[in-house]
Amino acid sequence: MSRSDTQVMNRGYAPGTTVRTKGKLSLLMKEIWRYRLSYLFIAPFMICFTFFILVPVVCALLLSFTSYNSLEPPRFIGWANFRYMISGDLLFLQYALPNTFKFAVIAGPLGYIASFLLAWLISILPGVWRKWFALAMYSPSLMGGIAMTIVWLPLLSGDRIGYLNSFLLEWGFIKEPVLWVTSKDHLMTSMIVVTLWSSMGIGFLAMLAGILNVNPELYEAGKLDGIKSRLEEIWYITIPSMKPQMLFGAVMAIVGTFKAGGIGTQLSGMNPTPQYSGHLIMNQIDDYGFIRFELGYASALSVFLLLLMYLSNKFCWRLFGSKGDE
Amino acid sequence: MTIPFTRKRFRFRRRSKLFRLSRFEVLITLLLVLLSAFMLLPLVYIFNHAFKPYDELFIYPPTIWARQPSLQNFIELFNITSEQVVPVTRYIFNSLVVAVLSVVVVTLVSALCAYPLSKHKFPGSQLVFATIMLTMLFAPETVTIPRYLVVSHLGIMNTYWGHVLPMVAVPVAVFLMKQFVDQIPDDLLESARMDGAREFTVFLRIVVPVIMPAVATIGIISFQTAWGNVESSTLFMQNEEMKTFPYFVSTLTANMANSVARQGAVAAAALFMFIPNLIIFLVFQSKVIATMAHSGIK
Repeated sequence: MSRSDTQVMNRGYAPGTTVRTKGKLSLLMKEIWRYRLSYLFIAPFMICFTFFILVPVVCALLLSFTSYNSLEPPRFIGWANFRYMISGDLLFLQYALPNTFKFAVIAGPLGYIASFLLAWLISILPGVWRKWFALAMYSPSLMGGIAMTIVWLPLLSGDRIGYLNSFLLEWGFIKEPVLWVTSKDHLMTSMIVVTLWSSMGIGFLAMLAGILNVNPELYEAGKLDGIKSRLEEIWYITIPSMKPQMLFGAVMAIVGTFKAGGIGTQLSGMNPTPQYSGHLIMNQIDDYGFIRFELGYASALSVFLLLLMYLSNKFCWRLFGSKGDE
Repeated sequence: MTIPFTRKRFRFRRRSKLFRLSRFEVLITLLLVLLSAFMLLPLVYIFNHAFKPYDELFIYPPTIWARQPSLQNFIELFNITSEQVVPVTRYIFNSLVVAVLSVVVVTLVSALCAYPLSKHKFPGSQLVFATIMLTMLFAPETVTIPRYLVVSHLGIMNTYWGHVLPMVAVPVAVFLMKQFVDQIPDDLLESARMDGAREFTVFLRIVVPVIMPAVATIGIISFQTAWGNVESSTLFMQNEEMKTFPYFVSTLTANMANSVARQGAVAAAALFMFIPNLIIFLVFQSKVIATMAHSGIK
């Protein structure tokens, strides 16, 4: 680009220099043309974004009102899918929905609180140690799915030689081996424990950084203002000054718990899980989408799940959103 | 370590004078040590499991340290596919290609998008950012079915693009990078433009160096996702030659529940899956925490 071109560009970044002679539309077009380079910059992302996120979400919305089996063209059936979901789909109403709620309500907040507490505990240690403790807490997220099969399966195995069972038997806590992952009474508990173990993810790192960046003068000021215990310190100083990071962590926690689906099947080694005790909405979607090929109904289910995520996020926004304060 | 830490370390020193060796801090350290030992146990386990010969793999109670470490498991892992058409090295090669490609593409594309979103107030920028924020709340996994349809219609099934492209648009990545670009003073960019720098030069010479911590973080995250991704292999790849290593590992474990066979290979594969993640995280760890300081949603 020559120098004169650059000057044209420069004018582009000082808005308000155009003469308002033509209509609003042509003005807008001119404005858009002036920022053509900006659009070029965001183009690669926006193209992928449109194809793999926006279009699928819109598609899911549209498909949810149709009956579609991937062979015949989709047939519009109005609200029938949703009506079936809330009145006829017993698997969904009896297992998937309550299980998802139970799982999300326990694993989500607990994992979130644990992340915050651990981040806080790590933050009061000397700087040299922090790195290693942070790594230790984050390591389950690094291991991902592999750890599940190699560590948790032998640990929770239902026979006498499962590590947990044999330990409990030896110490006399239980008389018979407990089927941790293959009975309907314990599968959910095992799922929640394993999820908690791996819940120190990106949100945990964000909160750790947030705590470390709280202005130290605030603590001094707090001490002068009569803050006595560390609990008060957390409540009145730490949390208010890291609200943005708390919100980011919350968003990550919500998305993480709602999109969980494979864990029940992985742990129990059965699909569907024993008596549907670990059946989550995601399993129901996969079930309808990839086994029964009722793509329309599966889409309706995913729209419902998206709505759930959105509402819980809105709820957290209420809690942590910074409007006006600070 | 990076700038945010120095202040904090100072604070600790000041504080520790006040509560020198307070019982509280000792207690916390002990608690954390215990907890991290618990969290790290699987890690130690994975390492040793991979080197245990078969007669040690099934010893009860399990030994934490391998008594006679051997490479037998790794040899088994590489020999499993000896009579199949697709050798295990092909899966590993695919995984490497996919992981490297997606790290490069994701970081570049997100940085390119974050810069104008933060610094150019072009018409529609508000709308674009709002949409990205909104989709950050959604998991793309929930809309697998339409995604499958899109991929099949684009004709990128059974190609490396089928692995990479669906993962390119990461709203969180753009969000984190934008938070970083926001830190750059406008005057700096303006003066560079005055000196005749083109927008692309400004981007490469000023913006990218400043947001390097964010680039590193996004790089780690996208590497982790791509390296462990099984979904794209199961859904978008029918051709066995195009599937990735984690998919191969998952086929090994699929019939593991009631058999002893291949346990050793699985243990070796698990270590193999984990090592790259660990190395990359350790190398860029301080950058990650520096990035996360800007992760707040306001």
